[in-house]
Amino acid sequence: MDYQFHWNIVFQKMPEMLQGAFVTLHVSVLSMLIGIVIAVLLAIVKMNHSKPFCYVAIGWIEIARNTPALFQIYMAYFGLGALGIHLSPYVAVLSALIFINAGYLAETFRGGFMSIPKTQYSASKSLGMNSFQVYRYIILPQMFRRIYHPMTNQFVWSILMSSLGILVGMGELSGETQRLQSLSFRTLEFFIVAAVMYFIITKLVLFSSSLISRKLFRGEI
Amino acid sequence: MINIRNVHKCFGDLEVLKGIDLDVNKGEVLSIIGGSGSGKSTLLYCINAIENIQKGQIIVDDIDVHAKKTYQDKLRQKLGMVFQQWNSFPHLTVLENAALAPRIVKKLSREESIEVAKQELEHVGLGDKFDVYPTKMSGGQQQRLAIARALAMKPDYMLFDEITSALDPELVGEVLDTLRLLREDGMTMICVTHEIAFAREVSDQVAFFNEGIIEEMGTPEQVISNPQKETTQKFLSKVL
Amino acid sequence: MGSLFTPLSWNDTGFILTGVWNTVIISVVAIGFGTLLGVIVGFIRAESNRLVNTLLGGILDIFRSVPLIIQLILFSTYIGAIGHPLEPFVAGSIVLSLYSMAFMSEVFRSGFESVHKSMQIAARSLGMSYWQTIFYIRLPIGLRAVFPSWLGVALSVIKDSALVSVIGYMELLRTSDQLISRTQQPLEILIGVGIFYFIISYPLSLYGRYVERKMAL
Repeated sequence: MDYQFHWNIVFQKMPEMLQGAFVTLHVSVLSMLIGIVIAVLLAIVKMNHSKPFCYVAIGWIEIARNTPALFQIYMAYFGLGALGIHLSPYVAVLSALIFINAGYLAETFRGGFMSIPKTQYSASKSLGMNSFQVYRYIILPQMFRRIYHPMTNQFVWSILMSSLGILVGMGELSGETQRLQSLSFRTLEFFIVAAVMYFIITKLVLFSSSLISRKLFRGEI
Repeated sequence: MINIRNVHKCFGDLEVLKGIDLDVNKGEVLSIIGGSGSGKSTLLYCINAIENIQKGQIIVDDIDVHAKKTYQDKLRQKLGMVFQQWNSFPHLTVLENAALAPRIVKKLSREESIEVAKQELEHVGLGDKFDVYPTKMSGGQQQRLAIARALAMKPDYMLFDEITSALDPELVGEVLDTLRLLREDGMTMICVTHEIAFAREVSDQVAFFNEGIIEEMGTPEQVISNPQKETTQKFLSKVL
Repeated sequence: MGSLFTPLSWNDTGFILTGVWNTVIISVVAIGFGTLLGVIVGFIRAESNRLVNTLLGGILDIFRSVPLIIQLILFSTYIGAIGHPLEPFVAGSIVLSLYSMAFMSEVFRSGFESVHKSMQIAARSLGMSYWQTIFYIRLPIGLRAVFPSWLGVALSVIKDSALVSVIGYMELLRTSDQLISRTQQPLEILIGVGIFYFIISYPLSLYGRYVERKMAL
């Protein structure tokens, strides 16, 4: 069986595909930024062991880590809808990604923090540093190195998982591809181009991340 | 001058210091010897206010270390401390390790802090390692870095907590040489150590700790060469 | 029966259980094949020279750099277009297996590489052959070392199996999607689905963390 590929139609729609790719990046970056802020709070609360909040943090983290992303998106889109909270596809996907990113990153941050030996703290204190200085100059910079690569991976994961927007009619790369192919029925061509674009975006992110890390982190730990 | 009066320290139910009295004058070297668990390291931590105490007083230059009104971060600038595990800052170069505290704690300018750091690093023989990261160095070199890092704060006293115990035997010498250098500079030092021969050589006073009290104290000749107490004799016969 | 929508009832249990079963079975198949292929590919990568290693790594990287949902759509559209359509279960199993193989091979490669050369030399010096060394020394040690990471990948495959719904496989989430359209009770149904995934995933992830802690000691 031969299948005739027709690429022209895809190239004509390139501006719309790129627009979709932009939305993909947009939603992933935003989900990371907000996710990081919440993750810091969750990690601190969990490490503090202060009773009611601690359980909220543990609940959030474990639900985010132990249920499918698609489930989270359905919850945000259909589930909240049943409660009268109607989110747009974009906001629904964004909130689901934030929820999951926060859960995973909270554990990453906690692990990174725990991996810094307590003796670094006493050594810094013995030099006369106050607690703020110990964190600012000694603990956090070391912690940041250890969480940098897991954070990059989480970002890549967000880019790939935002493709689930296709299932709630969101206009990111996959959803846009779906819409465009339905107009022309060149399903294969459109999705092959989308796949290549995801691949390129992912590689670009990983490449720039390693460039930045080489600039930022000279010594090794 | 450091005056220690009737200091008691507990970890939960376990009393590790049971009434310690000690005086260290300016320019003196005090060595503390004793078995593990005798409380000798804990005393250093209490002098540096890393651990609190339950009873008694530790006075450093007329400042009560554990009084409520004492600003302990400020006080620690007077007291340099070096640990058994060298605790280098792995994300900073050797030079940055030594220059950081003078800059952010003593608020020296960047140039001044680097100047001080370079001086102290050269003093301990790390003049060719400024831009190296500590994880690339031997334990002995990292321990000398820890000494230079503490010295760069220009402390009045230095506290050494078994600083050769975690080193490979062939690296112990270079670190002890650095301490001899400090002794010649007239630095006031308290050394918790297992190197009895070294203690005899450099100390003005030696204190033998046993189960949270000072069993015997005096000149190296008195305590190490002619110990009076049976516990001291037993300990020395085991380590010498 | 005048209404278009009918509420959730006990009669739906069978339908939901089919979805549960389908999710379980495709996960087991994908994890099984993914592990088998992952061990083989991981071992080849650990053993082979730089060129082969980079080449294999590059190919596997595609599976990890393109969203699973796109892989599923592409594969099922392609086999349809060339005139060999497959059952959603078969097509989904193939894609999900390859996808998990890509992650598993990475896990196993690092496991095999972590077995020290000295241990192999010791084994050879006892008179073991090359293959004996592999079966009695490298495989058992390498496999044991990566168990927590392997479990992590396996759990993510279970969760990702929800995406096979996109090519028409009636797994749990698609089943509930259809129930939601009929009953208009999304919250109750979705919470039920969430609890199901959580009950499977959470104990296993706890166990993985427990093993990891024990191995760290």
